[in-house]
Amino acid sequence: MIEYQNIFTQVQVQGKPEWGMDDSDGELTAERAGKPFFSKFLGLFGNAQVGPINAGMLGIISAVCFMIWFNIVGFSMLAQVGWSVPEFLRQLFWLALEPPGPEHGLSMPPLNDGGAFIIAGMFFLVGCVTWWLRTYQLAQQHKMGKHLAWAFAALLWLILVLGLFRPVLMGSWSEAVPYGIFPHLDWTTAFSIRYGNLYYNPFHCLSIVFLYGSVLLFAMHGGTILAVTRYGGDRELEQIYDRGTATERAALFWRWTMGFNATMEGIHRWAWWFAVLTPITGGIGILLTGTVVDNWFIWAQEHNFAPMYDGAYGYEDYGSYEAFIGKEN
Amino acid sequence: MLPKWFDKWNADNPTNVFGPAILVGVLGGAIFVAVLLVTWGNPAQTASMQTGPRGTGMSVPEFDVARLAPDPTIDAYYTEAAYKPNGDEELAKDIYKNVQVLGDLTEDNFNRVMNAMTQWVSPEEGCAYCHGDVDLEEYGSDKIYTKVVARRMIQMTQSINEDWSGHVNAVAEVGVNCYTCHRGENVPSDIWFRISPVNENVEGWSANQNRATSLSQSTSLPSDALAKYLEDAEVIAVHSLESREDGVPGQDGYASIQQTERTYSLMNYFSNSLGVNCVFCHNSRAFYDGGQNTPQWSTASLGIAMVQSLNTDYLVPLKDTYPPERLGPVYADAPKAACRTCHKGYQRPLQGMNMTADWPELAVSGTPVYK
Repeated sequence: MIEYQNIFTQVQVQGKPEWGMDDSDGELTAERAGKPFFSKFLGLFGNAQVGPINAGMLGIISAVCFMIWFNIVGFSMLAQVGWSVPEFLRQLFWLALEPPGPEHGLSMPPLNDGGAFIIAGMFFLVGCVTWWLRTYQLAQQHKMGKHLAWAFAALLWLILVLGLFRPVLMGSWSEAVPYGIFPHLDWTTAFSIRYGNLYYNPFHCLSIVFLYGSVLLFAMHGGTILAVTRYGGDRELEQIYDRGTATERAALFWRWTMGFNATMEGIHRWAWWFAVLTPITGGIGILLTGTVVDNWFIWAQEHNFAPMYDGAYGYEDYGSYEAFIGKEN
Repeated sequence: MLPKWFDKWNADNPTNVFGPAILVGVLGGAIFVAVLLVTWGNPAQTASMQTGPRGTGMSVPEFDVARLAPDPTIDAYYTEAAYKPNGDEELAKDIYKNVQVLGDLTEDNFNRVMNAMTQWVSPEEGCAYCHGDVDLEEYGSDKIYTKVVARRMIQMTQSINEDWSGHVNAVAEVGVNCYTCHRGENVPSDIWFRISPVNENVEGWSANQNRATSLSQSTSLPSDALAKYLEDAEVIAVHSLESREDGVPGQDGYASIQQTERTYSLMNYFSNSLGVNCVFCHNSRAFYDGGQNTPQWSTASLGIAMVQSLNTDYLVPLKDTYPPERLGPVYADAPKAACRTCHKGYQRPLQGMNMTADWPELAVSGTPVYK
């Protein structure tokens, strides 16, 4: 079975395409679109069968909204370089559709001074919300739990805080994040600098803990399951209610390593909560910034969260420039 | 190709050579690299200059190749000691016509300064660059714009050394002369012109940023930072100095994200101009707090005021004196100065060489003091 010890699936079975079930009185079948086909390439990474897709009304609204948003952003960028396609490609990572300037507050500005951003942003938010509704609806139709929809709702919270709730609370659309590759990173840096160093925002701390924690849990869980696949550990669902030697070994490994182990079911709850809490805590941190706290470093010092320097500041330890460039006095 | 006995032996003794071959290759390669590093040294060796208290991570690192290499323009610098006057010599203003600056110099010192200026500013064109290709008797004429500009630049140099000593002599007696900016060129490198708005078909904050330009340091930050802060003298600081503060972005001094990005753009320019990072001047945990910043921060703050004054009082008013080819490409504005015009990427221009030692005439606007 050495073929399985690879990140690519090397054994692919192709046959008659699987159309899936229909458990909602024909509705799911009716909304299923596209002729399914097989892709050996995609099969390396996941399921080789592509399609059919259940777009549904919400999916179509969402896709149309995202497409309109994408086009407004793209054509705004193209207009900014004077409709020159080579310049558009050259400056692509620098260009952006910017929010209105602060002088416009919450009013509707001219199209060429942030108005296009407001319209594009509206389509973006509608697209995100309908996509979330779609995850809920599909889970409902499949009689699944709503875990994925609630997880996506956590992201939706962060998106809405950044693009809607916080700008409204601040009284200015200028606080929204620009649509552009480098410009949105500029926003991130400027946001931290403007509000006195976001690293001292406890919710930013929590968000980072959950983000890095998610990565760590993902690696630990993936590694553990792959390591016990030879004993049937990859059949995780069966192992949850009928614990076999794979689970025993995996549990023993971690208990002997660090004195504690998650369970076959519990590890997925750990992962779900870590992932979901990343945008929830992050969104809280951003919503509080500028609305409740305007300088996080000073706030942190007031709450004994960041230390004050006391006594000598240490100027005597400064390096001299002459020594630095190899020319002693 | 190989002898038969070898092929037979090979076939009888099948061995997987890939495992050992990879092992030997990797180990051998690692040993080879290690030997190279030990004998030739690390090509990317760096050193750091500490700029803050221990444990705060405040240091300016630099690659040795850049750090230890002397500024090449130091070697090309021309200098000549002053002639100490007796007090009974005739002065330049009495000998020559139309001497409005440096008139109190003796003839020897006056010609010494004139000669040095050609070495610093117009080594190829010589005297004719300012005086024209005419007889010595005609040298008093102000017909050529370069002479008018040069006179103003002498006054500016004197003002920098006299009024801004806190910046140019902050650490040691360094000062400036023509060469600090010009470095043998008619027009100094690293001057700047207004270029914003840089985007077409848009207005406001959409128009002044998000393009890789010389004035945005090739970032997507605003391209008008130098114009707004170093010519229009707008407020650079953006922070709230209380943990909580009422305010709407962009109103009554409550800085917006956009203003913060413009400040960040200026700070990028600073950092590139001096070849340093943020913590050369700031404690990055609280950028705004002067109490935690380094002494260099005070020197730099003085430098900002100096550049604003030089642009307003000396450089911008020369606009109508220049011919069109010396003006800005977009707005036909006068060329302006900023940090990099002198510093050229070094913490101290010309790595801290004393530029006024031999040139007391350029160090003060009044009568020079010869030592």
